[in-house]
Amino acid sequence: MTSQDHRFVARVLVYPRAEVLDPQGRAIEDALGRIGFDGVRRIRAGKSFEVALEAEDERQATEAVDRMCRQLLANPIVEDYTVEWVSE
Amino acid sequence: MKCGIIVFPGSNCDHDVYHVLSHVLGQETTFLWHQETSLEGCELVVLPGGFSYGDYLRAGSMAAHSPIMAAVRRHAEVGGRVLGICNGFQMLLETGLLPGAMRRNRDLRFLSVDVHLRVERDDLPWCSGYRRGDVLRMPIAHAEGNYVDTEVALDELERRGQVVFRYVDAAGRLEPAANLNGSERAIAGICNAGGNVLGLMPHPERCAEEMLGNRDGLGLLAGAVAAGGGRVGALAAAGG
Repeated sequence: MTSQDHRFVARVLVYPRAEVLDPQGRAIEDALGRIGFDGVRRIRAGKSFEVALEAEDERQATEAVDRMCRQLLANPIVEDYTVEWVSE
Repeated sequence: MKCGIIVFPGSNCDHDVYHVLSHVLGQETTFLWHQETSLEGCELVVLPGGFSYGDYLRAGSMAAHSPIMAAVRRHAEVGGRVLGICNGFQMLLETGLLPGAMRRNRDLRFLSVDVHLRVERDDLPWCSGYRRGDVLRMPIAHAEGNYVDTEVALDELERRGQVVFRYVDAAGRLEPAANLNGSERAIAGICNAGGNVLGLMPHPERCAEEMLGNRDGLGLLAGAVAAGGGRVGALAAAGG
């Protein structure tokens, strides 16, 4: 059994790297301009994942989520990721 | 040569490749389910086109972690031939067997159209049926075929001669308009440093018979099996 203390929820945000062309973000940017939103400087279209997991402590949880990001959730060639911890 | 076609949930070009390898080229060909862990002695392994796992997350990313991929990786590492077509190419990128990544097509559209490719290498077994500079016509059918890597990695790829096919116009010229998906350096297909792993977005298996109006793709599949000592079937040989 895992106590409440061992439960963590991470929110992983994955975005195309700044130097990588993001055709989806560009299209949304253009559409916003067409429907009258002036002044939109940039749109980056990304993905978010909520990862609920059990781990010994925060450090282990952080390491696990980091490995998940590098191995599957993000493709480091074209994407950057950030992890934030949220309460369930 | 014994050929294995790996079948993932969502593969849809597996039978097309089977048809060409087995019926057109006369090779012993078998399907290998992605949950298997053995390649059953297959010398040529094909990762077919389709939409494995519904293209969830990123095209090819889920398939890259299928149980059989460990065997595919070992096969590739000892020089075994691996061919990835379309979604199969995306898998090879996601496994790291080939460098780079795919983005969505430049215009965000699914592209299903014939394109022209220029053969950049003819010293590889895959291309033994072609000459460098040959212009081939092949269909593409993908939404994520916009090849990218860092400038440094792209330079390295070029330096090592790993670019095997580029999108060109009918006359073989590099034109932005001919590079429909927006790939860096018009890259349509690449190989690994050893030349035994090849990935390309166009579909050679869809243009390998005269009755389909185009057989430009046959040379690639024939090269794949002929190189290892497999005898190309009389039907294919007769057609050149």
